[in-house]
Amino acid sequence: MNSMERAMTSITHKEPDRVPVFHLLSHYGAKELDISIKDYFSKPDAVVEAQLRMRKKYSNDCLYTFFYAPIEIEAYGGEVVFVEDGPPNSGEPLIKNIEQIKNITPPEINESKPLQRVLEVTSTLKKSVGNDAPIIGVVMSPFSLPVMQMGFEKYLELLYFHKDEFNQLMKINEEFCVAWANAQLEAGAAAICYFDPLASPAIIERAIYLKTGHIVAKNTLNRINGAIATHLASSIALPVVDDIVETGSAVLGFSGEDDVKAIKERATGKICLLGNLNGIDMMNWDGERTKKEVRELIQKAARGGGFILSDNHGEIPLQVPEEVLLEVAETVKEHGVYPIKAEL
Amino acid sequence: MVETINLPDEEFQKALLQIDRIKAAEIFERIYLEYNNFEMLERLTVDALERIGSGWEDGQISLSQVYMGGIICEELVGKYMPKSNLSYKNKPKMAIAVLLDHHSLGKRIVFSVLRAGGYDLADFGQGLGVEEIVEKTLEADLDILLISTLMLSSALKVQNVVESLRKNGSSVKVVVGGAPFRLDDNLWKKVNAHAHGKNGANVTKIIEKLMEGGQLT
Repeated sequence: MNSMERAMTSITHKEPDRVPVFHLLSHYGAKELDISIKDYFSKPDAVVEAQLRMRKKYSNDCLYTFFYAPIEIEAYGGEVVFVEDGPPNSGEPLIKNIEQIKNITPPEINESKPLQRVLEVTSTLKKSVGNDAPIIGVVMSPFSLPVMQMGFEKYLELLYFHKDEFNQLMKINEEFCVAWANAQLEAGAAAICYFDPLASPAIIERAIYLKTGHIVAKNTLNRINGAIATHLASSIALPVVDDIVETGSAVLGFSGEDDVKAIKERATGKICLLGNLNGIDMMNWDGERTKKEVRELIQKAARGGGFILSDNHGEIPLQVPEEVLLEVAETVKEHGVYPIKAEL
Repeated sequence: MVETINLPDEEFQKALLQIDRIKAAEIFERIYLEYNNFEMLERLTVDALERIGSGWEDGQISLSQVYMGGIICEELVGKYMPKSNLSYKNKPKMAIAVLLDHHSLGKRIVFSVLRAGGYDLADFGQGLGVEEIVEKTLEADLDILLISTLMLSSALKVQNVVESLRKNGSSVKVVVGGAPFRLDDNLWKKVNAHAHGKNGANVTKIIEKLMEGGQLT
């Protein structure tokens, strides 16, 4: 099987030849090419080269065109702060007060240089790999994006106490999210990763989510012309598995803090799981620890398909040693071959 | 005397979790009128916030509820403290800051919880670099510096803050919090912090222990 077949088989809840591995490598590519992160993301050719190199090096079953979370904020006219040793971060919130919301319009994708770079990377990668490997595009959910647009505190005030303005911002963000996701699919992405950490009950209580972000997700995903992986970016997913299934998402990125056996049981036959190695902790792992973590995860989550092995945040930190990623790949080749044998 | 009185803990906690400012204020007023004792109001808020923080760690309560609970308690304590002719505790001398990024929710939670516990502290702000935090800490001659981070790269820079503070002769105690420290149990030790808050609401206990010279694990 090639990577595309392997991933698609698992997503449709069948057992492929072995467990698919999605190393979600974004700014890690700068390390591969030994250039600065800012320089790396300014050059689409560099991102393409690193993605192809890292796919081969780490036996990666996907290509990942995620640049950095605040790229959408950049498109809205906001600030991005680059650091030497981590993902670029959003700067001062763009929306300083709730009254500003009525004047915001969704950004034009054609007019945003950073978004155009992502599309260039996507189409170049597609020409290179064809249908051998899935290209995973990324959007921030309309419901979670305001944390960067206006800051968390102000957003909670909006969410709890200003229903009309909240709905107004969701409409604006939905329009942009749908357009941005579909542009990436048209450029060659096989699926879209919909980052929605606020869907987790660790961040927003489920009762509020069901009345807000869940409706937003259903409306948004319904208009995206491709497969969706909802990712909660390290936040627990178990209590909302069925809710995420209802949004139409085919894949769910779950947390290192989730009970793997319980979530596997709940997700079986409904949604493919993606996860859940602790990316932060991975920087401390040696070969033995890596092997142990990967084997345990395969034993608990891989049977019957419906599982893609990955980190739990949707982005491997720069500080994770290359040896750990290599060991993940080797362990999966050795212990992740279907049918999975009972080992533990 | 305070120990034997049954305060409406569950009722108050429920009001906080439902973000019901009016109900929480009614309970506060009732306790105030009944006992005319600020210590009881303080106990009510600190206990409720601690339970809410633990509930968040257990996955039962959301971060937004922790935050809103802290804000409501901070407002109530701020209103009733002057009524009781009391002022905020200015010992230990404390400040809080977000290192390198602009995600300030964690900082705001800790700030609210400490204010609700009757502590005075300075807010250095967010998006601050290592040198800025060091400079402000030295200038304020702090006993305790609280640092909140969201990104791993920022969390690792705490080590540079601590080193620089020591080079400049400061013996300030550094307490860290935020996602990277929660996802790696030993990270706070690696960056040479004195303590780590697993949730914003347990900060009051950490401060008390640090001031007693207690060992934190």
